[in-house]
Amino acid sequence: MNTTWRIKNGRIIDPANHIDQIADLLVIDGRIAGPEQSLPPEVPEIDAAGLWVVPGLTDMHVHLREPGEEYKEDILSGARAAAAGGFTGVACMPNTKPVNDCATVTAMIMARAAEAAVRVYPVGAISLGSEGKQLAEFGEMRAAGAVAVTDDGRPVRDSQLMRRALEYASDFGLPVISHSEEASLSTGVMNEGPVSTRLGLKGIPTAAEAIMVYREIALAEFTGARVHIAHVSTAMAIDLLRAAKARGVRVTAETAPHYFTLTDEAVLGYDTNTKMNPPLRSAVDREAIKTALLDGTLDAIATDHAPHSILEKEVEFDTAANGIIGLETALPLTLALVRDQVIDAARLVELLAVKPAAILGLPAGTLSSGAAADITLIDPEREFVYTADQVVSKSRNTPFLGWTLRGRAVLTLVGGAIRHNLLA
Amino acid sequence: MATGTTFAHRHILGMEQLSREDIAHILATADSFKEISNRSIKKVPTLRGHTIINLFFEPSTRTRLSFEVAAKRMSADTFNISPSTSSTTKGETLADTARNISAMHPDIIIIRHSCSGAPLLLSRYVEAAVINAGDGAHEHPSQGLLDLMTVKERRSTLSGLKIALIGDIAHSRVAHSDIVGFTRMGSEVFVFGPSTLIPKGIDQLGATVCSSLEEAVRDADVVMTLRIQRERQNDPLLPSLREYSRHFGISRQVLSLAKPDALVMHPGPVNRGVELPPEVADGPQSVILEQVTNGVAVRMALLYLVMGNS
Repeated sequence: MNTTWRIKNGRIIDPANHIDQIADLLVIDGRIAGPEQSLPPEVPEIDAAGLWVVPGLTDMHVHLREPGEEYKEDILSGARAAAAGGFTGVACMPNTKPVNDCATVTAMIMARAAEAAVRVYPVGAISLGSEGKQLAEFGEMRAAGAVAVTDDGRPVRDSQLMRRALEYASDFGLPVISHSEEASLSTGVMNEGPVSTRLGLKGIPTAAEAIMVYREIALAEFTGARVHIAHVSTAMAIDLLRAAKARGVRVTAETAPHYFTLTDEAVLGYDTNTKMNPPLRSAVDREAIKTALLDGTLDAIATDHAPHSILEKEVEFDTAANGIIGLETALPLTLALVRDQVIDAARLVELLAVKPAAILGLPAGTLSSGAAADITLIDPEREFVYTADQVVSKSRNTPFLGWTLRGRAVLTLVGGAIRHNLLA
Repeated sequence: MATGTTFAHRHILGMEQLSREDIAHILATADSFKEISNRSIKKVPTLRGHTIINLFFEPSTRTRLSFEVAAKRMSADTFNISPSTSSTTKGETLADTARNISAMHPDIIIIRHSCSGAPLLLSRYVEAAVINAGDGAHEHPSQGLLDLMTVKERRSTLSGLKIALIGDIAHSRVAHSDIVGFTRMGSEVFVFGPSTLIPKGIDQLGATVCSSLEEAVRDADVVMTLRIQRERQNDPLLPSLREYSRHFGISRQVLSLAKPDALVMHPGPVNRGVELPPEVADGPQSVILEQVTNGVAVRMALLYLVMGNS
């Protein structure tokens, strides 16, 4: 497969190197070439006029369902969906069956990942079986390829365990990712407010997230260890994060596109593709998230790509599984923020590429010479209707089906190799 | 018998979908059916040859009986099924159940389910008309309609009245349907109860949240109490029913703050001595049994109207 290219006349946006200019980008043998390097005489060209040329996007929060629930997604299908969405790397959560709580499972995922369209970075469990009792072997999982630890989906209830996880993970340089939710308050199925009252559905208060975010901040502050907050959904949590960052606590945070795109009003009609955890919140929360994406309180956008089949979704709202797929819609939904002048193009690249890679300590997120040629070409104006037949993921659980989206990845290169191509 | 042909609803999923005109039409139809229940031969042939299935996923005595009586007085053939929750968790989904029932070509399916939104889900899989007989904490439209009918009979209007709803507003589908129904017909609804039982944003349904029992009941035309449960799924809502009855129950003294001829209502079953002391529940202002009587008439009207539209 060819891995040498001249990408011509694109708008190169590389915030890590403070570059935003129209220029050519050279790729030689799968690596980004510096200006001093001479190209072979016959180099295939990619016409990038009118396109953005950005470092490959990293989704730091996906569920690939393998091992155990391959009917929903597997590592290869999830990676194809990632490439189609412009992602060149994904970090997969450990809530598989079995849970990725030991080096054996991590190694199995790494072995499958070797054949995947994009780079796959396993995230190990904090506790054995994510049962919140006994620490998993962080060192062994790190050696096998894990880039972080989390008990995503089953928040750590025991504060002592969380404290020890933060301390011990720091010995291995592993970030701890917290799904922040106070379990005793989180027995509902959607955001608690006027809409849940109207629908007669049990609510989850915003306080459930805020309480746990504060616990993680307090533990990080006390231990000096770092913590990353997954899928922030509330204004209350944003306020806590902003204050913690101001006093130097080592905390980072992500949100997901659905939290800055939709509100709990989307649940009217009981569409189970609007059910996720944390739930869609109010307009006030949505505005706070947009502000935090701009001012840096939120560091990253991750999809929380959570494939489910109709078996889990074509049921009563109360019994439906949480989660939606997101790999193929994240970029267009974030581009909408740029068009609405909430953030600029460079900030988009930071949120989707630079920061996720930095938080996970990955050698990605830049177009520096010598770096692996993980590159995404974006047509910011290309419009498409997202329909079920064009979903690349194995599952179709998304509230965005039928939406007209604007802007998408038109070419995805991983190590210089083409993994997704909509250029004619 | 009502002659209106403007009823445009295939399903009765909630009061929220019914306009003021729809409600008036249903109540007029119910009124015309009411005398059938007073005849010596309590049966009309209106729905002869129609199949009605009572699909009750949640235990119910009154509502199911009321629908069944209504259907039989209209000469429909009725069948009751009560799938246990356990069998549905063993693999048959609501969609599967719905498709199977639909394959037998019923005309109307009456569904009660513990999950809000289940009747809407059912309606997507069946040819039959679907009537919601109570879904989770969402809606109980036939109960709301029979409450409206009962008040209208006694007050001859549904506009300009003060309706006090007291008790568990948060978990009550009846409260939801009543708030929507009474406000839509031009009355004002005031709610009061312990804060643990007042849901967020209930004012956006049109209710006024009161800060005391006295404020809610003073000069009310109707005092409707809702059934109390002390605890739900490990959610500690109240310390004791004894304390509830002292602070939130409708004693004769509290009732005296309402209009002298105020109606006392309850969707049943009453926790005697908790929401209402016996002397109030059985007192001269109580119309609790009229509610039950009107329930049959309202349900006859609903069956008739959804069939007239198919």
